[in-house]
Amino acid sequence: MSALLSVAGLTAGYGGVPIIEDVNLDVAEHEIAVIIGPNGAGKSTLLKTVFALTSRSSGAVTFSGRDISGLRTAQLVPLGISMVPQSRNVFPTLTVDENLDVGTYAAPPGDKDAVRESVLSLFPDLRDKLAQPAGELSGGQRQMVAMGRALMSEPKLLLLDEPTAGLSPAYLEIIFDLLLNIRKRGVTILMVEQNAKQALRIADTGHVLVGGKNFVSGTGETLLADDSVRRSFLGGASA
Amino acid sequence: MIDFINLYLVPGLTIGSVYALGAVGISMIFGILRFAHFAHGDLMTIGGYGVLTAVWFIPIHPLLLLPFGMALAIVAALAVDRFFYRPLRQLPTIYTVIASFGVALIFRSLAQLFWSSGNQVFVPGVRPPVVLFDTFRISALHAQVIILTLIIAVALHFFLTRSKLGRAMRAVSDEPELASVAGLDTERVVRWTWVIGAALAAAAGVFAGMDTSMHPNLGWNLLLAMFAAAVLGGIGKPMGAIAGGLIIGIAEETVTYTWFGGEPLISPSYKSAVAFFIMVALLLFRPQGLFKGRLL
Repeated sequence: MSALLSVAGLTAGYGGVPIIEDVNLDVAEHEIAVIIGPNGAGKSTLLKTVFALTSRSSGAVTFSGRDISGLRTAQLVPLGISMVPQSRNVFPTLTVDENLDVGTYAAPPGDKDAVRESVLSLFPDLRDKLAQPAGELSGGQRQMVAMGRALMSEPKLLLLDEPTAGLSPAYLEIIFDLLLNIRKRGVTILMVEQNAKQALRIADTGHVLVGGKNFVSGTGETLLADDSVRRSFLGGASA
Repeated sequence: MIDFINLYLVPGLTIGSVYALGAVGISMIFGILRFAHFAHGDLMTIGGYGVLTAVWFIPIHPLLLLPFGMALAIVAALAVDRFFYRPLRQLPTIYTVIASFGVALIFRSLAQLFWSSGNQVFVPGVRPPVVLFDTFRISALHAQVIILTLIIAVALHFFLTRSKLGRAMRAVSDEPELASVAGLDTERVVRWTWVIGAALAAAAGVFAGMDTSMHPNLGWNLLLAMFAAAVLGGIGKPMGAIAGGLIIGIAEETVTYTWFGGEPLISPSYKSAVAFFIMVALLLFRPQGLFKGRLL
């Protein structure tokens, strides 16, 4: 497996103050990679830096063998990267259908109707809500609209910032199942997740970030079995 | 009843159309750039003078020369955005608000410099009203203004809901950060917001100038009523701004009707207070406006 995304020696933050320092991370094609760690560890910052939403002071990001460190977000979307932010991730006054449509503007797919059909087959619940403003939907449905919008540009890599934040435990299962389905369609996923234990169960690889630095990386199973990880980040020994 | 329609309702719809077209730009600019554009009235003035000048060279009906006024207003708006507002974009929006006050003064002074401070008319002479069914006596200009405004409103609605650019504008107005994350070209959306806002302001300026006369303070005097219309419709809701403009225009004219007995309900000299009364009442009791706009 070749690395689809490769982060090397990345230092970045906001307004000159580094939040992450010298972070390294490889994401192989067709895998689900999850970034976990305590609050303030710089997980979201890492994800945002990959998507050119923070100021990077050093290090490199490579995607599909190409250095994308200097590119702007609007240039990354056509290359095949999409992101779903943690909050405010739908356009509330636009209808569900319009939200999906906006997802195609930066990187128009060849056959828009086919892509829309394939996205809706992932989220069949949205079919009845297409004409409804996205702001009127429940939290879980909004998350589906947000993921649907991100998939409309047919990304190779999907970046998800805490896709289960604020959702009920029932939705947690649904979202994780959806991620497995999205991966089945050939999309690589890199996500930040607070529900570390459940996330590691579906993840191929996990990366633990502490204080803005790499702590440990490994397969989901290894990390679940690792004593130090379990004690510090997975809430006790009962994993 | 006929008098009410001829002398109050139709003139109310006419001035309401002017407010509506100006308020659309104010509302869209607030929605997308998050600042109250105080130079919008003077942008109307610039558009009005653009058509006035075109009429000197091409003596046909002024409304046919609207594109010249729109072009002048668009160039003016894009220029001030490029040189005055864009450099301030990353700072708190109060800087841009203050800058727009300055731009308003620049526009007004330029209008005085180029076109003098006096009143000027588009076409001299008195035109008799159009009589319909022997009862309705409506000025041809009022009919043209109302019909053109309705056409513009319908076109704007389809543009915002059906076209890619219109949807992108609503997306940026909804969640600017998500719009960037989705890879939308925000600066392009901003440019088109100015183009549309300025074009509609120019139309409003010409309508207002033809109804009375062109003078450098024309737009500035209408500005606060347009703000009231934008607030009434819900900030960031262009179609709401159109409704808000028409409501305020009709309210201003019809409060002077002899509703009870032979006296006007409110003396015509006080009618411009109606817009402000509506605006203050809204800000106190329903700040999101009629159509659930953004809170100021």
